[in-house]
Amino acid sequence: MLCTGTGCVAGGAFRIKETLENEIQKQGLEKEISVIITGCNGFCGQGPLLVVQPDEIFYGFLNPEDIPFLVQEHFLKGRPVKKLMFTPPEKKEPIPLLSEIPFFKKQMLVVLRNKGIIDPEKIDDYVARDGYTALEKVLISMTPDEVIDEITRSGLRGRGGAGFPTGTKWKICRTEQKTPKYIICNCDEGDPGAYMDRSVFESDPHTVIEGMILGAYAIGVSRGYIYARTEYPLAIKRMDLAISHARDYGLLGENILGTDFSFNLEIREGSGAFVCGEETSLIHSIEGKGPEPRQRPPFPAEFGIWDCPTVINNVETWANVPVIINRGADWFSKIGTETSKGTKIFSLVGKINNTGLIEVPMGITLREVVYDIGGGIPDDKKFKAVQTGGPSGGCIPYSMIDVPIDYESLTNAGSMMGSGGMIVMDEDTCMVDVAKFFIQFTNDESCGKCTTCRDGSDALLEVLTNITNGNGKEGDLEFLEEAGNAIKDASMCGLGTTLPNPVLSTLKYFRDEYEAHIKESMCPALVCKNLIKYYILPEKCTGCRLCLKNCPPGAIKGELKHIHIIDQSKCTKCGTCLDVCPTKVSAIIKVSGKETEKITGIEEPYPVKRREKEIKK
Amino acid sequence: MAQLTLDELRKKRKEAQKEIYLREGKYKSKIIVHMGTCGIAAGAREIVSAFLGEIEILPEKDVMLTTSGCAGLCSMEPMATVELLNLPSVKYGHLTPDKVRRVFKEHILGGNIVTEYAIGIGSEKGG
Repeated sequence: MLCTGTGCVAGGAFRIKETLENEIQKQGLEKEISVIITGCNGFCGQGPLLVVQPDEIFYGFLNPEDIPFLVQEHFLKGRPVKKLMFTPPEKKEPIPLLSEIPFFKKQMLVVLRNKGIIDPEKIDDYVARDGYTALEKVLISMTPDEVIDEITRSGLRGRGGAGFPTGTKWKICRTEQKTPKYIICNCDEGDPGAYMDRSVFESDPHTVIEGMILGAYAIGVSRGYIYARTEYPLAIKRMDLAISHARDYGLLGENILGTDFSFNLEIREGSGAFVCGEETSLIHSIEGKGPEPRQRPPFPAEFGIWDCPTVINNVETWANVPVIINRGADWFSKIGTETSKGTKIFSLVGKINNTGLIEVPMGITLREVVYDIGGGIPDDKKFKAVQTGGPSGGCIPYSMIDVPIDYESLTNAGSMMGSGGMIVMDEDTCMVDVAKFFIQFTNDESCGKCTTCRDGSDALLEVLTNITNGNGKEGDLEFLEEAGNAIKDASMCGLGTTLPNPVLSTLKYFRDEYEAHIKESMCPALVCKNLIKYYILPEKCTGCRLCLKNCPPGAIKGELKHIHIIDQSKCTKCGTCLDVCPTKVSAIIKVSGKETEKITGIEEPYPVKRREKEIKK
Repeated sequence: MAQLTLDELRKKRKEAQKEIYLREGKYKSKIIVHMGTCGIAAGAREIVSAFLGEIEILPEKDVMLTTSGCAGLCSMEPMATVELLNLPSVKYGHLTPDKVRRVFKEHILGGNIVTEYAIGIGSEKGG
């Protein structure tokens, strides 16, 4: 089972597939071993990867050069190859079995139940895993109202981030008099570091299609759209293929499975404007207009595409529907917390050992996600914060790491569920810089309709840039708070009302860091270039010339066996010297604020021997 | 392709399920063919093919076939270990494709150990 999600494909998964097939053929094993491509396995940090079934052996970090050995040892001789297995950073022994790897152990797969098992390009694989049984059940034994009732009772809420109850939305649309009605699947995933929707499309497109057919039946719709961004070529290709297979089987089109229910589905590609993820902008984009949001209410469920009632749900929401119909609302509502039911997919990225895509029950704590599934922070660094909800979300500090993950708790913590991006930050991350990054992003992506969003994000960005450049002044923080709250209050759509969150939440939890930048010209995390300096410690330098040779602007003075000096006027603070200085020497340091004054450098390079003589004296 | 009706979809599902069992790691019985150098030299590849041939004609693919290294009793190769769910494993030695077919029929499908070919029941104790 070879993972061919975008991550592994970028890592060369298709080249591995080719080598694997060639080697298997060479050894005459093609009748016993088939190479099956799957969607994203989830453990992206280990990619390219594959799982050998039925033995359940997990191999990661594969190179085409490893394949001949792997085929010979494991497939021919039956000896699993230890050096290609997953070894946790703190351990020496590898873990052969997928189910024993902690990353997989704590997860609960509902939406991603087929990941790594089915070939996403084959409809029969989905059918074999009880695919389209929910459709059968509904067509034979349930009325549209019963379907809506089931979804309402399950407690399913929108997975796009806002968390509106799905059943309620469907009901509003169903009771509207006006026809025709439409449904839309929102796959305009634009948050930096988030790729949940893409992975669902790439690993199991049919679950989304089935969910939409069920929704269409329940709401009384005969036409649906999938809105996906053009930047997801593999996801769109697989979805396109899945739609045509479903059409061939008579699961889409006129008179589905011989009944009088008809439903058609087509893909619309958006060209990657972040604001198109907002539902009214998305509708405008499908209609062929400029993607600007409009005032709500009326909500799309009453007044949507071409002014007709329209239900827009996120990819993950649709993907939950077949499971709920199959296993029942009671089963689904047992998972999760009082207000948030079911599971949620997160893309776990940033300063974390196990980067990847995870699905966990609602109510799991951040600690479990970061330490148990994520395997903690690399290099034993300290956990600082986790950013959820992308540019609309906020940062949650270490003190709140035991917060359960559900819609309400995250909102109370000043962040939000969002679509499921989760960026882990360690002590080397500057929170002001993070806030600046997100404001830069939303500032670029603001459609410009509302003044508060367009000019407000400009103003926030200007102040944040000043602070990170060391030009912050008294009153800046108060201004950020005031402007942030004003933008929240006065903007129309979700982009504007949430864009100040990264600033406001970091101000709330990491105010001291902002103050250090302004009052002491110091960046505590040593990130902001204007506030840091690099030095070579004269008592440690061995005069090996490594930093001198590698310094791009040539800012280092010195010669062999002489103590080197950095010319601060030429230094661009790229950090190359710090990277190349051998660990056992560690002569280069990064300092900021008052610390810079304590450093007493030397004037001219002098021989290392002289220093040793002086020490002896 | 012509559109499917409900019944045809169900039939298709049954067909497709046969193949996918293996990938889910679901099985009722497990056969391990020992394929150390000694096993391969003694003809373990033929044993694997013989087991595969038997599995292929099963209506439900709930028998898992896997391979492992030398079991330590090289003189008895080719060997295979058969595990039925929740029962102690049984090791067979000096296998031939014909013996395989009998083990498959009587032990794996029938649940009766073929004592003539069996070397022992159970496994060595783990350290």
